[in-house]
Amino acid sequence: MTMNNQGRPTTPGTAGATLPDTLSGDHGLDHEEKLIFELGRRGICGVDLPEAPAHKARLGGLERRQKIGLPGLSEPEVVRHYVRLSRNNYAIDAGLYPLGSCTMKHNPRLNEKMARLPGFSDLHPLQPQSTVQGALQLIQELMHWLMELTGMPAVAMSPKAGAHGELCGMLAIKAAIAARAEHRPRVLVPESAHGTNPATAAFAGFRVDQIPASGDGHVNIEALRAKLDSDVAAIMLTNPNTCGLFERRILEVAEAVHQVGAFFYCDGANFNAIAGRVRPGDLGIDGMHINLHKTFSTPHGGGGPGAGPVVLSKALAPYAPLPLLVGDANGLRLVEDRSSLPTNSDPFGRMCAFHGQMGMFVRALSYMLSHGADGIRQASEDAVLSANYVLASLKDVMTAPFAEGPCMHEALFDDSFLADTGVTTLDFAKAMIDEGYHPMTMYFPLVVHGAMLIEPTESESKESLDRFVAVLRGLAQEAKAGRLERFAGAPHYAPRQRLDETAAARRPVLRWTEAKIAQAAE
Amino acid sequence: MRYLPLTPDDRAAMLARIGAKSIDDLFVDVPSAAVVDRGRFALPDGMGELEVERHLSRLSAKNLAAGSAAFFCGSGAYRHHVPASVDHLIQRSEFLTSYTPYQPEISQGTLQYLFEFQTQVAMLTGMEVANASLYDGSTAAAEAVEMARRITKRAKVVLCGGLHPHYAATITTLAQLSGGEIIAAPRRPGQGEDLASLIDGETACVVIQSPDVFGLLHDLRPLAEAAHAKGALLVAVLNEVVSLGLLEAPGAMGADIVAAEGQSIGNGLNFGGPYVGLFATREKFLRQMPGRLAGETMDAAGRRGYVLTLSTREQHIRREKATSNICTNSGLCALAFTIHLSLLGEEGFARLARLNHARAVLLAERLGAVRGVELVTQNFFNEFTLRLPRPAEAVIDALVEENVLGGVPASRLFPGDSAAQSLLIVAATETNSTDDIETYAHALAKVLS
Repeated sequence: MTMNNQGRPTTPGTAGATLPDTLSGDHGLDHEEKLIFELGRRGICGVDLPEAPAHKARLGGLERRQKIGLPGLSEPEVVRHYVRLSRNNYAIDAGLYPLGSCTMKHNPRLNEKMARLPGFSDLHPLQPQSTVQGALQLIQELMHWLMELTGMPAVAMSPKAGAHGELCGMLAIKAAIAARAEHRPRVLVPESAHGTNPATAAFAGFRVDQIPASGDGHVNIEALRAKLDSDVAAIMLTNPNTCGLFERRILEVAEAVHQVGAFFYCDGANFNAIAGRVRPGDLGIDGMHINLHKTFSTPHGGGGPGAGPVVLSKALAPYAPLPLLVGDANGLRLVEDRSSLPTNSDPFGRMCAFHGQMGMFVRALSYMLSHGADGIRQASEDAVLSANYVLASLKDVMTAPFAEGPCMHEALFDDSFLADTGVTTLDFAKAMIDEGYHPMTMYFPLVVHGAMLIEPTESESKESLDRFVAVLRGLAQEAKAGRLERFAGAPHYAPRQRLDETAAARRPVLRWTEAKIAQAAE
Repeated sequence: MRYLPLTPDDRAAMLARIGAKSIDDLFVDVPSAAVVDRGRFALPDGMGELEVERHLSRLSAKNLAAGSAAFFCGSGAYRHHVPASVDHLIQRSEFLTSYTPYQPEISQGTLQYLFEFQTQVAMLTGMEVANASLYDGSTAAAEAVEMARRITKRAKVVLCGGLHPHYAATITTLAQLSGGEIIAAPRRPGQGEDLASLIDGETACVVIQSPDVFGLLHDLRPLAEAAHAKGALLVAVLNEVVSLGLLEAPGAMGADIVAAEGQSIGNGLNFGGPYVGLFATREKFLRQMPGRLAGETMDAAGRRGYVLTLSTREQHIRREKATSNICTNSGLCALAFTIHLSLLGEEGFARLARLNHARAVLLAERLGAVRGVELVTQNFFNEFTLRLPRPAEAVIDALVEENVLGGVPASRLFPGDSAAQSLLIVAATETNSTDDIETYAHALAKVLS
């Protein structure tokens, strides 16, 4: 090792073959972080609030008798704690996030800034309507975008996420059937559907009848026809579907469904593949939710909040839930109850308190305005192009069940290329973590063995896609070459190695308790 | 388009690799009747940041922001001061732009804060376990009722008269789907509820809100006893979770399920959403609980870590047999809740609650002293109901001219109920200065004179 004249090494030292673990248990930027309850103490507070002035309490003798048990911390301690926690998360801002069906696209910060304008963020849902006309205009503008892009005549804005939107759509269908005094207890759901579809249909009081998959990844229209009857309320179909394919016989599906008097509900989770190019309204769809947090990029936030407005056909529009937004001579107005309904309106009820996810509406509209109609079309096309590029670049080393293509916005692989390697889809996915990538969606859709569903989105450059492809090719080759050490027990370089999920479920520990600490100390 | 990294050359090279002549080749499965031509949409062209800001700022400016007026609205959404560090932290890329923590090895940040959130919610409500959030208070209440019906296998649901009407409507919408029978107690603003007489052997649960929509506090203990004696569950609903800094926890009063709106901690008004639903229950009902759960476990190296657990209750595993269809919940709002509550701690949270109560007591005194105004709610936390000598909606509209957002007329919540016409629901929080309160009292006197 050479030194400069202060005795300071000018070349890196040579690391020993076996490094001792650090003294602190931390590793460079990777810090171990206790729970907030283990950091706090009594007698300190991270917010300076004045003591309440003297007053005569009016609590009717219902005062709390026991302490809550919350820890006390100063502001810098709280900030450091959550900053440290944040660094244990992968994020789209930090890397390609190919989670199929989840649409991890860029989240523009402009949208965050707009959602924080005081005229939106500091507005009470029950202020006099004369004082919120700008907010109602924003909702109306977003409704126009959604109806225009989907070619549908109505949209219900209040659902709070995709599954909530599904429920809204199915309730509108239920109301329409009730209005016709019909009995239709059955809902058809393809095997390949998102789990929310059968769960929603069951929640809405329908009996779920599964349509088996066909060999080509498309809906089995003969099996569908065989199940269609006058007791079917609806089909719930995802398009583009969960295999990443556009249902090429969708017009036949719509016709067959309508012929028996049933409704066509579309899971719009994958609308981002076709927005600006295809209007679901032209496909015979009666209802479809739109995940604003997917297609229109309101951030996923580690699992929400989302927003799931539902576009509705003319047949379902009258049953849209409260509140409704109507315009008259005095401006825009929310109809919040049945006493002042517009003509032809017969709401099935209410999905939630107030008027929906306003904060998400602002972000989605900001995204739409930034793109314009052509930009949205370009984003869809780039998403589809990128997925097909990944498919074309990997199908010789990985196995794609529907390799003849084209796919839509996601490329589906199965695990047959791993046959006899001793490596599973799970191992392969975990090895991607060591390579610096969030894994793709694993083991979904259920109709493909060991499924790996890759959705690159339109947010990646060609260089980023090429690098990703090179890493996946390399891993596939390593697996086939029998280099199991890359896979067994991966990830090795993440903040945690594989976690014992079985133990977590067998003896659930769902909260911190003081007793647990005492126990651990024994 | 600034968000799209592919150049025309990139696109051409990628199409070549795919073996497609044009992008249209990739959409061959779309029936030609459904292909939309460019320029077909009645929508504007893309805008630069500056233009988007200009457009949306103009819409924002047309609204009267709560902070620009003397502000006293509540009724399920409360204006509290959120420390600057909360909004800074939730906007960190690693929290804002991550997905549901399906890969725990690289999602410990989200999983650990959810575990902290669950602990805080369980502590506040006095319950044994809490989930990782639902959409909001109203949907949490509806899920609580469904859960109670699953547990008891009974159809009847008793709703208190003081339940927020949007919550009652949400519960009713959901419960009717599966044959639930809703029995709504009569509304008696400012007076106790007689719910025990409505409970029988067919009752799945009683839903009681305290503080109720008129602000009145209820002792849950006698009701819990009455419900349990008939084998029914007690579902406690809260609109204003700050009240738990001063008031007895529902769990300590016998509640079996607590469904609450958590917006007050860490989250702004946002014109009604996104908010965060708090959901807590007893450990014995754990497997009937809806929503995500973070649980503690060990990694292969023996280090403590967290995972999503008990997912056999959930839709992605159980499909039509799931306890709920919920998938996306309210993660980032839950994070804001957790950070704000961590900043407050035991002392800060209690002080915040006392401050809210003191403000409301002062406001009730000042407004109650205005000629013709009667205080309807005697025991309350930070919200109460007034009876005005005139229809409240017109008074509220007139107060806007005085730059006062003076509360929510009961007629907005209970349209068509003539007894509600003169009632006004008013809330005060730590954000109201003594000047605000004086301004309101003078403005009300002027408007009523």
